[in-house]
Amino acid sequence: MATKETGGTTRRRVLQCMSWGTAGILWTVTGGVPRAHALGEQVAQSGDFSFVQVSDSHIGFNKDPNPTPDATLREALSKVAAMPRRPAFLLHTGDVSHLSKPDQFEAASGIMKTAALDVSYVPGEHDTINDDGKEFFSRFATKMSQPGGWYSFDQNGIHFIGLVNVVNLKAGGLGSLGDEQLQWLAKDTGTLSASTPLVVFAHMPLWALYPEWGWGTDDAAQALTTLKRFGSVTVLNGHIHQVMQKVEGNVTFQTARSTAYPQPAPGQAAGPGPLQIPADKLRGALGVRDISFPGTKPAISDDALAS
Amino acid sequence: MRKFLIIASTVAALACGSLARGDETAAMDMPGMPSMKMSATPVDVPPTAPNAINIDNFAFSPKVLTVAAGTKVTWTNKDDEPHTVVNAGSPPAFKSAALDGGDSFSFTFTQPGTYPYFCSIHPFMTGTVVVK
Repeated sequence: MATKETGGTTRRRVLQCMSWGTAGILWTVTGGVPRAHALGEQVAQSGDFSFVQVSDSHIGFNKDPNPTPDATLREALSKVAAMPRRPAFLLHTGDVSHLSKPDQFEAASGIMKTAALDVSYVPGEHDTINDDGKEFFSRFATKMSQPGGWYSFDQNGIHFIGLVNVVNLKAGGLGSLGDEQLQWLAKDTGTLSASTPLVVFAHMPLWALYPEWGWGTDDAAQALTTLKRFGSVTVLNGHIHQVMQKVEGNVTFQTARSTAYPQPAPGQAAGPGPLQIPADKLRGALGVRDISFPGTKPAISDDALAS
Repeated sequence: MRKFLIIASTVAALACGSLARGDETAAMDMPGMPSMKMSATPVDVPPTAPNAINIDNFAFSPKVLTVAAGTKVTWTNKDDEPHTVVNAGSPPAFKSAALDGGDSFSFTFTQPGTYPYFCSIHPFMTGTVVVK
């Protein structure tokens, strides 16, 4: 397959991000702008507030390189429990299940409950396969959810926005937010001060990461037009099962690791299926993301399950 | 990067392997020549039956399939990743449930026409069935 370079993501940049990601990154938000730190670097903790992003647990997946994603999700949550600073809550950025089956949602929900933390979910395309997400939303919607499943809430002066970009997908297209959600986003953020830090989370990347593999969202640009007046916008995505980052003005885009299996770097395989890696390397490619707010800017740490 | 290239070539080799298997089946049907080694190079054998579409490496193959009215077309998912087969019409003329790796879905086309379809999980994957 031809390797194209799109959206300003050069192969060199991708590889830099990959090598950086495998080392583990700690992110802090200071003054509304996320900053990366090497893992192990101490970040001020007094009065801190933090949360953890979990993504792509794919409960029900039963093939190589990880036939037991339930076990690795439990390990991921053990990692969270062992964090020196207990997070305020969890975000799950989708693909909770592998095939949208009720028993898979049930199993995932049961495992997530072991963290004993509130979880805010957005669906991935694996969660909305047969019913546009009805089963998913019946289990995981929050009290703030709009009819389409998107919502927002405030915590410690930060405005969190959970978006749905995996429903009503069109032939030949990428992820999609849709007009109704875009209008809601404009209304939801319309009264906020531009100095309010925003954390936007959605399953598929909100930037054209690699459209050839469907890694992007068709109408993300419209959402970003709405958000560009804000001084600090942190966009947290899953979907591609690897850590990547892109900065565009005040907006920082981050994709997270999966807790189930890695996927190839963009264009580096015949397709975006599970990346087959040796069993002893698997846990180094899985992980969770710890985000703290020592001030108004995030500190983000991408922690692998094993080094 | 080398690791990724190796994986890509492995996938390509597996794809070639599935073609060769079809050819071997044809060779085994040859009567009276038990000791004869048949070439594994496909000559006349198409990669799929005339009414079969493979889903392989996030692509429908063949991407365009032309069949006669009344033909039952079967899609088979050869990936480890689930896919669906959904007609792009509104309402869709056909729509599969999630097809996990190895699963198949069939639909009998009774009406002539052009039927674009896609995978609703990975909508960049598209194909067309033309019914004459």
